Amino acid sequence: MSATQTAWVVIVLGGIATFAIRGSFLLVATRLAALPATTRELLRMIPAAALAALVVPALLRTDGDLVLLGPRPLAGVVALGIAWWTRSVLATIAVGLVAVVGFELLLG
Amino acid sequence: MTRYDTDTAPTPRASFRAGAIAVSPVLLGIVPFGLVAGVAATEAGLGLAEAVGFSVVVFAGASQLAALELLGTGAPAWVAIMTAAVINLRMAMYSASIGSYMTDQSLPRRLVASYLLTDQAYALSLARYQQQGRTRPEVDRFFFYLGTALVLWMVWQVTTVLGVVVGGAVPDAVPLGFAVPLTFLCLLVPTVTDRPTLAAALVGGGVALAAAPLPANLGMPLGAGAGVLVGYALARRQRP
Repeated sequence: MSATQTAWVVIVLGGIATFAIRGSFLLVATRLAALPATTRELLRMIPAAALAALVVPALLRTDGDLVLLGPRPLAGVVALGIAWWTRSVLATIAVGLVAVVGFELLLG
Repeated sequence: MTRYDTDTAPTPRASFRAGAIAVSPVLLGIVPFGLVAGVAATEAGLGLAEAVGFSVVVFAGASQLAALELLGTGAPAWVAIMTAAVINLRMAMYSASIGSYMTDQSLPRRLVASYLLTDQAYALSLARYQQQGRTRPEVDRFFFYLGTALVLWMVWQVTTVLGVVVGGAVPDAVPLGFAVPLTFLCLLVPTVTDRPTLAAALVGGGVALAAAPLPANLGMPLGAGAGVLVGYALARRQRP
């Protein structure tokens, strides 16, 4: 399968799965629209765990090897600070990109 | 259910406009996010058609970026699909919450509402419904929701296309692909609100990092799963 074909499989099946999740209660179970507290608590953990599982390897394992003091981890720390203070996607991306280019120049 | 005074019954048009106005400050945060969704597709070696395909069919930013990130590193389709679905599971929570306000709506309307459900449309509409008749004037529930969700949808599609164009025009010296993890970072920060969610993030990131050499990019779903379990266990212990 080519990369483009794989992408379309992900688009169609990922889209169906996402629609099913979105419609779960809105379409099927509107009358019993109350999640048990335990399920709610479990779902609440997903964004933090999933996003961290994406971010950390992307920052610390760029080319397969663990790098703690490369341009990307350092720029990541700077960007984390900006994200924390501003909560702005635009500011975080702008400062993060400038930082990674800067660290790449500095660390050669 | 809802009982509108006939004199002051909110019109669909006015309610839609109120929703569009409510979502406008949020759009500032959507624009760069949508651009990154376009850039991420080109960084994964895909074209405009696939970028727009993701944005129209899946229409869920974080899961789109995650799937593209995984596809770009050669992960198999099923890992990307599974990851996207797990990231979007939170929307079952929104569906249940907003669904309780939409029991009296027709099936076509609920289909539209389902397709357009996002973090932002959910949060803005719920806040408005809860303030109904107390601090804010009444609005038609469906059309207020449609105002927030449809405007957001349009901005998402336009910025995705722009992102593909921008991504192709920027010189390779600028590591534009780095904007993807930076966006995840930005989404991650507000999800960490207490000890259990912090533990979920730390364990999720740590396990994903340790398990990164596993084939098929299984480190990511493994890390996410471990993080959820640890965060959940901690939350249960705090509030038995």
